[in-house]
Amino acid sequence: MIQLEFVLLLAGLLFALSVAGIFLNRKNMILLLMCIELMLLAVNFNFIAFARQLGDLNGQVYVFFIMTVAAAEAAIGLAILVVLFRGKKSINVEQLNEMKG
Amino acid sequence: MPGIGKRMTLTSILFYAFSAVLVVAALGVITARNPVHAALFLVLAFVNSAVLWLLMEAEFLAIVLVLVYVGAVMVLFLFVVMMLDINVAQMREGFTRYAPLGIIVALLVVIEIASVVWVKRLGVDTTTAVPAAAPEGYSNTQALGELLYTHYLYPFELAAMLLLLAIIAAISLTMRKRRGFKQQDVAAQVAVRPQDRIRIVKMAPEKDA
Repeated sequence: MIQLEFVLLLAGLLFALSVAGIFLNRKNMILLLMCIELMLLAVNFNFIAFARQLGDLNGQVYVFFIMTVAAAEAAIGLAILVVLFRGKKSINVEQLNEMKG
Repeated sequence: MPGIGKRMTLTSILFYAFSAVLVVAALGVITARNPVHAALFLVLAFVNSAVLWLLMEAEFLAIVLVLVYVGAVMVLFLFVVMMLDINVAQMREGFTRYAPLGIIVALLVVIEIASVVWVKRLGVDTTTAVPAAAPEGYSNTQALGELLYTHYLYPFELAAMLLLLAIIAAISLTMRKRRGFKQQDVAAQVAVRPQDRIRIVKMAPEKDA
């Protein structure tokens, strides 16, 4: 059987790894997007584990919506990335400083 | 019931094995030198997650994860990674500089989550209340569909609108007019009148009689 604690711990580990990935690859925008996808996956693990533990299917519906939003986010993010690369010939996050924000 | 103990241990063995591969794949995503390798590690992570979701009786979502993420999103990622000419060495500088900070933050997150999970137990009694397996003939897809098309109908339609918006945004962001690109204008071709094309010129005969 699958203990709830282990699933939550696995999801936490996955989330922590993707947070570390954002720190490690803080220049490469593609890897930042991949780390965000990994984070959303970790969150989905929690929803599914609790949906099973509590016998409540609403958690799975939430996972469905999160996956929809994540797919839209990936599509728009990659489109922005392509436009950015066309303009600057680079996807280095540190070079994106025109707005001086 | 005979055999139930064996089945439970098999489930947990599978769970631990696929979890280990999932964590290794996630490590590969964040440490891979080549973005293509990172994308392939992410595919591995998604496939392993799909198996784990199957073990947790979320069959429909497991299939959707494989179809949507591995089939569409990751192919899109690979497409973009291979299309762009990225200077990998330049992207990697600062990797070791920020590694200690990243590891410290990751460890903090893990310790916090572990302490919450193991000390507080989140108010859910996980030791005695073992969730029963779904009865025979139970369809996860049907149950999810019944919930989605009744109680969550408006959010479902909003999700559809969101996807449409994403399509429009992605196309309008990346579409560009190519210079020197010759194209037919059908409307102009249909609307043309004879007097636009033919000019009747009256002129005197040139040859001397």
